[in-house]
Amino acid sequence: MDNIHVIEGSEAVAQAIKVCNPQVISAYPISPQTHIVETLAQMIADGDLNAQYVRVESEFSAASVVAGASAAGSRSYTVSSSQGLLLMTEVIYASVGMRLPFVLTGVNRSISAPINIQVDHQDTISLRDSGIIQFYVESVQEAYDLHLAAFKIAEDPKIMLPVMICMDGWVLTHSYERVHFLDQEIVDDFLPPYQPENFLTPKDPKTWGSYAEADVLMELKYAIHKAMTEGKQRIEHILISLSTITGRSNSGLVEAYQTDGAEIILVAMGSMVGTIKDAIDELRSIGKKVGLIKIRCYRPFPFEDIWEVIKNAELVCVLDASFSMGSEGPISMDLKAKVCGGKMRPHIANFIIGLGGREININTIRALVEKAEGSITSPHNLQEPEWVDLNHDILI
Amino acid sequence: MPKKKNNQSESLFVSGHRACHGCGLALAVRHILEATGNDVVVVSPTGCLETFSSPYGFSPWRVPWIHHLFENAPAIASGVVAALVAQEKSDTRVIVIGGDGATFDIGFGSLSGMLERNDDVLYICMDNGAYMNTGGQRSSATPIYASATTHPAGRYSAGKTENKKDLPEIITAHGVKYVATASVAYLKDLKKKVKKAMSVRGSRYIQIDTPCPSVWSFPSHLTLEVGRKAVNCGLSPLFEMENGHVTSVKKIVKLIPVTDFLKEQKRFRHLFMTEKYRKELMELQDLADHHIDRYGLLTSN
Amino acid sequence: MTKLTMGAVVMGGTSLKYKTGDWRDQKPLILQDVCKQCGICKEVCPDDAIRLKGETYEIDYDFCKGCGICAYECSVGAIQMTPEDK
Repeated sequence: MDNIHVIEGSEAVAQAIKVCNPQVISAYPISPQTHIVETLAQMIADGDLNAQYVRVESEFSAASVVAGASAAGSRSYTVSSSQGLLLMTEVIYASVGMRLPFVLTGVNRSISAPINIQVDHQDTISLRDSGIIQFYVESVQEAYDLHLAAFKIAEDPKIMLPVMICMDGWVLTHSYERVHFLDQEIVDDFLPPYQPENFLTPKDPKTWGSYAEADVLMELKYAIHKAMTEGKQRIEHILISLSTITGRSNSGLVEAYQTDGAEIILVAMGSMVGTIKDAIDELRSIGKKVGLIKIRCYRPFPFEDIWEVIKNAELVCVLDASFSMGSEGPISMDLKAKVCGGKMRPHIANFIIGLGGREININTIRALVEKAEGSITSPHNLQEPEWVDLNHDILI
Repeated sequence: MPKKKNNQSESLFVSGHRACHGCGLALAVRHILEATGNDVVVVSPTGCLETFSSPYGFSPWRVPWIHHLFENAPAIASGVVAALVAQEKSDTRVIVIGGDGATFDIGFGSLSGMLERNDDVLYICMDNGAYMNTGGQRSSATPIYASATTHPAGRYSAGKTENKKDLPEIITAHGVKYVATASVAYLKDLKKKVKKAMSVRGSRYIQIDTPCPSVWSFPSHLTLEVGRKAVNCGLSPLFEMENGHVTSVKKIVKLIPVTDFLKEQKRFRHLFMTEKYRKELMELQDLADHHIDRYGLLTSN
Repeated sequence: MTKLTMGAVVMGGTSLKYKTGDWRDQKPLILQDVCKQCGICKEVCPDDAIRLKGETYEIDYDFCKGCGICAYECSVGAIQMTPEDK
């Protein structure tokens, strides 16, 4: 296990993409993902990566290039962030509908306006209805590992959907971590070349992108939903295989941390999970019965796995680094939609946290848990949802 | 692929598509594919062609064909090209066939990007001068003083007030080596141009006049006749531009006044209903004369 | 009803199942004794509904929409448009 490098998050992602042997990469810059496309470009310039690299004029075209390449039967990759992801949205919906697999790194960054290039999850969350499979990573190592799984999941014949690995901008892309790289032979074994049954070829001329009327449209959409929900098992299986070759535990659509006997369970995703785990260690050491569920795979939504852990808790605090204006936090809504109607349920409190890169540190989590504890006896102390660290003095 | 029965066509764009009676577009596609052969992948944006050729379960395309979105056909094509290169299958060529709405307007950015990269795609624009699939809203390809549903003729309006975007020039300015205009009224010329375009690599562009009997409103049997008139009055110059220079033009053998072309069509009928549009008619004649001059369309030039 | 395909991908050439012939309200008739077999009619049909069978040009009425272009463009007037008998 010598292949360990202290490396910037963006570069680690590029290294992961490299060993996956993509045939087509499309690139358009946007902070904070640009180092990823730049590293890939340098690899190609130095002959270390043999892929077609298309320098497009917008993210709309970046996504379109990988969609076209995927339809033509090539393993394809692109990356974007924030405004760029929004610009890709139409392409992602259409590609899901046509079952075109590709991998997209969603480097998390707040969405304009106001323009803010710091991290929150609004950009990737805004794609939650589209059908793109979404993972949120906690660390650079996890980003490296999950990109390998992403291609395998996307290209699985029963799934055939684009997959997005969401990683926090700056916090993960621009920090340095010790990352263990896998050898090419091991990855080649885990991830064989992409060989789709249907692809654009004159040898077997087929038509993609038909006009479908009301008599078939619902069924076509349902088939996608089914592929995602039934795909959960397939995804888990692939993550377990991944764990076997990495020696790390990336398996599971969720990860339960210190949840045994927990009265309060936090639900979160992304890099804040690392901070929350440290806070929980501290709180546990002083006798607080607090735990965490990290959501690794957000779409398809892993309700059963979450429920298994939270069903006996007193209070569930869902931390959303995004918001659905006029309603509440997206993860909270997802969870409540499934929990409501159940006979016995924990109370679910929604916390909106870290928008626009607002700092999330151990104190933030400690204070949040304290407030949550207080709400068990006095529920009215919590706003529904509660915007963490909101500065009321400057509110207009 | 379904087995060919005795009576079936060899065509790569077969019957059963849902184009209107006499559709110039449908006719052109069959001939384009005759000229390219079947070792192609065709990309189309949303539009008339896409809609009439892809109701689910009923496809006339005997070549691989993909419709993705309205504004990204060039980028989809760039992606297909990249994949074919990566798979070492560059003998298979990539063609975009799309309408003027997608080409001149909403897909313009994507088109510019593809051309700037000189991606190996033959882009063919079927120009019927409007967003025809949805009833004839104006595009930047709509001729000046045509009535379109979003810029209609009315008591205070003579129809579209802007000149048609000179897309062949804009594309040439991208450094595109082969740019041509053609018409479905002149099928041999059209096929010759497609074949020529296929014989070179890099981005290429052909813009084909495809009259629309439905919305331009003329009897469906006159599609080619109307197309000929557009060419022979000078409003639709047919030429080839290679490396920035006009290298061939289709000469007008018998010049006709623009009014002969315009009066056949509902979209220009308002210009003939009163005297107040004399100036506009003269402008259109001047435009035709300008093309004749610029491209040397008369045999005496 | 047949089962759906993944991503609604369709086999090519399947439009032949849809007979556009019933769109007609007028019908072309080739007068074979006038026809010079120049092939222009086959060339100009937007619906690819004219076939060459041996040396004879024939209209495929399953698909002919009756647009009349063939009759108009025929170099010798060998095609007559007649009202469609319903």
